[in-house]
Amino acid sequence: MIKLSLQKRLHSAQGILNLEVDMDIAEGEFVTLFGKSGTGKTTLLRMLAGLAVPDAGRIEVHGETWYDSALGINLPPQRRRVGLVFQDYALFPNMTVRQNLEYAMKDPKARGRVEEILEVAHLGQLASRRPGTLSGGQKQRVALARALVSDPGILLLDEPLSALDQELRMKLQGEIAEIQKRYRLATILVSHDLGEIFRLSQRVMCLEDGRIHRTGKPGDVFGGGGMSNKIQLTGVVLEIKAADVVLVLTILVGNEVVRVTSLPQDAEGMRVGDKVFIAAKAFNPMVFKADTAPRAG
Amino acid sequence: MVNLDWEPIWLTLKLAAITTAILIVLSVPISWWLAYTPSRLRLPMRAMVSMPLVLPPSVLGFYLLLAFSPVYGPGRFLKEHFDVSLAFSFPGLVLGSLLFSLPFMVNPLVAGFESLPASFSEASYVLGKSRLQTLRHVLLPNLRPALLSGAILSFAHTMGEFGVVLMVGGKIPGVTKVASIAIFDEVESLRFASAHVYALVLFSISFAILLTLFYVNKKMLKPF
Repeated sequence: MIKLSLQKRLHSAQGILNLEVDMDIAEGEFVTLFGKSGTGKTTLLRMLAGLAVPDAGRIEVHGETWYDSALGINLPPQRRRVGLVFQDYALFPNMTVRQNLEYAMKDPKARGRVEEILEVAHLGQLASRRPGTLSGGQKQRVALARALVSDPGILLLDEPLSALDQELRMKLQGEIAEIQKRYRLATILVSHDLGEIFRLSQRVMCLEDGRIHRTGKPGDVFGGGGMSNKIQLTGVVLEIKAADVVLVLTILVGNEVVRVTSLPQDAEGMRVGDKVFIAAKAFNPMVFKADTAPRAG
Repeated sequence: MVNLDWEPIWLTLKLAAITTAILIVLSVPISWWLAYTPSRLRLPMRAMVSMPLVLPPSVLGFYLLLAFSPVYGPGRFLKEHFDVSLAFSFPGLVLGSLLFSLPFMVNPLVAGFESLPASFSEASYVLGKSRLQTLRHVLLPNLRPALLSGAILSFAHTMGEFGVVLMVGGKIPGVTKVASIAIFDEVESLRFASAHVYALVLFSISFAILLTLFYVNKKMLKPF
């Protein structure tokens, strides 16, 4: 069980932000932090890892107090059992893949674990390569593998797949899910990618203006909840154009661009860049295998 | 061919080698501190270290000579307690060269430390490693190009110094008379031929060193 209750005043690009977060995470649970940039998601991970100091609060991980402002406890990062995957991976260029993993060993006898993780993360072939010669996806795997070597009590992933293309993301999401289940690690993921969130997380927390506004299963939080529609997509408005009495909205859903019409009163207050739901009620969509059917349109 | 005294050349190379070796050891902790300290003294200290870049060498030499003087201050302390006098001695020359070449070693290193992403150190700390372990296994190995170019520049710069050496060391043959001073000496005595030889040797070595620096930089920067 991981319990945290943290407060910190942040100086962000938008001005001063009071980050105030309370959350509990169960053993083996996969939680995603979702929210715009500058809402303190990365800072929250950094406070957990001991790289940033909160103004006040408490962090308790598996019965161990890592931080308590009232008791004056603040364990240094070295003594918190955290696996942190940085956005830029932070692989050490002077070490090979295997050496990067071995560096993370707390116990020199843990060499077996390094070999096991190299296998699990499909890095066996790359073990003697240096990070400079690896592709983005391979680097990401090494970073995740290295974070696992030290047998952490919690895994923190700071937008680990943001630098990769869609196809590779999907593949690595599968691998992350597999590894997380295998080691039953409580995990906090910071992500903007709805697909990723649905695929990986059991619970999502929406951070807005420094507070958690909504929390729940991804389907409940993003699904709109309770509507009896048959199909529902989430997208981002790319363009709003008037055509006679209706508006034509161009919306990006995943990697596909969709055009739909909308009544002016429905689209009131909608702007380019807004996140929207596209819901269609009571209809029978045709579903084909992508490689056989002609594309609709 | 002139019957040349090679002593000054050897002395120059010895001085440069010793100075560079000590500077490498000394500059790592100094640069590490200068690059990461949150202290207010950071910028004044950086300015202090860089002073030899802008100061006339004679100014530095003059102050050093005062400090070495057995009549007062640190020189007197050394004389009274250890019976050591640094003025006009080879160790005094080394000390002067250390100060004079310090920025050539420290500045590339500080720039090197600052160019490494903060996430390197942070990742290392999160993996349970101390600051010292991080310096040794993560930071320094990735600073090899900076260390090497600092060492080469310090060596070359020490070879070329004149003002400090003359002020602090004088020109005692075999003790403090380095090549740059020997040239001056030969010219003063109108022995242009041997001055030419000294000058040519210094020119060639300096050129070779700088050329090495550029090749090394080109090669070492590749894998990163």
